[in-house]
Amino acid sequence: MSAVIQLDQIQKTYHTGEVDVLAVRGVTLTVESGEFVAIMGASGSGKSTLMNILGCLDRATGGHYYLDGADVSEFDRNELADIRNQKIGFVFQNFNLLSRTSALENVELPMLYTHRRHSSVRVRERALRALETVGLAERAGHHPSQLSGGQQQRVAIARALVSEPSLLLADEPTGNLDSRTSVEVMGLLQRLNDQGITIVMVTHEHDIAAFTKRNVIMRDGQIVRDEPVAKRLQAEVELRRLRAADQAVKLTT
Amino acid sequence: MNLFIETGYWFLRIVSTIRVALRALRRNKMRSVLTALGIIIGVAAVIAVIGIAQGAKNQVEAQIASLGRNVILVFSGSITRSGVHSGHGGAGTLTIPDAEAIRLEIKDVIAVSPEVRRSFQVAAGNQNWLTYVVGGSATYFQIRQWEFESGASYTEQDVRGATKVCVLGKTVAEQLFGDDDPIGKIIRISNVPFTVLGVLTAKGLSVMGTDQDDVIIAPYTSALKRLVGGTTLRSMLVQTDSAEDLGTVREQITDLLRQRHRITPGKDDDFTVRTQEEIAQMATATSSVLSMLFVAIGSISLVVGGIGIMNIMLVSVTERTREIGIRMAVGARPRDILLQFLIEAVTLSSFGGLIGIGLGIGLCKLIPVLPKYFPDVPQMATLISTPYIILSFAFSAAIGIFFGFYPARRAARLDPIEALRYE
Repeated sequence: MSAVIQLDQIQKTYHTGEVDVLAVRGVTLTVESGEFVAIMGASGSGKSTLMNILGCLDRATGGHYYLDGADVSEFDRNELADIRNQKIGFVFQNFNLLSRTSALENVELPMLYTHRRHSSVRVRERALRALETVGLAERAGHHPSQLSGGQQQRVAIARALVSEPSLLLADEPTGNLDSRTSVEVMGLLQRLNDQGITIVMVTHEHDIAAFTKRNVIMRDGQIVRDEPVAKRLQAEVELRRLRAADQAVKLTT
Repeated sequence: MNLFIETGYWFLRIVSTIRVALRALRRNKMRSVLTALGIIIGVAAVIAVIGIAQGAKNQVEAQIASLGRNVILVFSGSITRSGVHSGHGGAGTLTIPDAEAIRLEIKDVIAVSPEVRRSFQVAAGNQNWLTYVVGGSATYFQIRQWEFESGASYTEQDVRGATKVCVLGKTVAEQLFGDDDPIGKIIRISNVPFTVLGVLTAKGLSVMGTDQDDVIIAPYTSALKRLVGGTTLRSMLVQTDSAEDLGTVREQITDLLRQRHRITPGKDDDFTVRTQEEIAQMATATSSVLSMLFVAIGSISLVVGGIGIMNIMLVSVTERTREIGIRMAVGARPRDILLQFLIEAVTLSSFGGLIGIGLGIGLCKLIPVLPKYFPDVPQMATLISTPYIILSFAFSAAIGIFFGFYPARRAARLDPIEALRYE
């Protein structure tokens, strides 16, 4: 297996006023291809900052970040934009879909900025295929406001997948969802991981982290624990269990 | 080949960006229209004013052309130098021998006509009319390129013999004879009977609003001897062989007349020589100053409109900070964002420009028919000129680029994370 992510003593300092805030203090981490990692920690532990650096949305103030072997810590704004466009799919807690724009057009968005040339027919085809992957092909024409939270997050995942990135990053993807929908989204991520996509996500919920393969725990900008998931949950099994529980509730009332 | 693909790719990208821009503008219809209003008014004003100015200029030019072809005018009296002068034709310094000398001694001159002019009461039967009587040579009509509707000009013989014959302008013919044929009839000019030989075709109103057909032309000899009295001329028309000769002939006329009038060097001319072109320039000078002024006012409106666009684009960038963040997160380069907002600003301003052009053309069509409904409005002709329309469209698009650049650059410089966090 080859390393998708290699972090070498990554640091991030925020200069706010007179005090320098060290959000990330020397993180060294390797993520191999095909891994499914959950970065965990309390708020203020630096996990979101690390995630933004991983997603090339932000730049580290120290250390090196190798993505697919390339040192992206030296890249300029344009090169980072291209990396975000081609190598990384990013999923946000609050979905970050363009409102008043259909699901299909939201999914097409990254291809608007791609440097490989696609015909508009091909763009549409690929966007539809991505929506099919997340099971929302029949909702292609709906606007985000017409979709449920879980559906919106699936559209966002489709958007992250459309340019066929090697790495999928998710920042609290289930943070705004109820437990049932959360499990559904985790099921989708598990399926994508089974197909070979490397996934790194941030969460502070242990039961969500249990769906991944490896948990990295951060505190005060440093990794304090890094271990494989011993008792990995399978979303399909959990869903079946939830359905059974629902059934039981219905029977009793 | 590679360049070709590259160009095609950018074309597609710009087209899709324009589509995004149009959608954004359609979302805020009212706001877009209000924002574009400054540009709309500016462009409409500029086009209408240029239309009026061009129309006036056109009329003046037609008027000047009706002076004749390759014509130099020589007036009695001087208005060219310092001191108090009595104006064109006031001093009566030109004589018939002067005219003869010009015709005979200057090589490229093909025709000369003396000109005298005074208003008289004229009568025919029980009709009478106050009009101008102009005295000219037999070549007068050829010089001025005036056509005959019926009848013919008087001849050299008539001029030599100071015969009592005349040619009527269309208005005079109608006033005195109505629908009757005036040819061969007698009219009395200040009680002197003249025989009508011909009627000129109608030429309509001049720029100044005077009726160019309200005129009677008679041999200058007859006019001087039987009507005006005296021997001096108000002015002369000199026609040259070609337009190139105008300059040299003008100088030759000046030299000849100074010599004939015995004007010592250093003294002012007692006559004024003007080519047609100079007269045209004088006539259009005021109107072009006025239209410059209006175009300046229109331009101010365009600039104010541009500031309006900048303002709204800044609001739009702030409102859509999250959208910008999302676009950046999925891989839009700063340049893509810059282009998007720039295209939006240009779309807004060119949309304003297009509506303004439509409105301006509408005004140009409306202005000439206004006096029909509002008698107080003066009659104005307008001319819609395509180069100015293209120019004002290009200008409005340029305003979009100029005033859209700052907001667009501000959008492009946003930090993706800050933008995504923006509520």
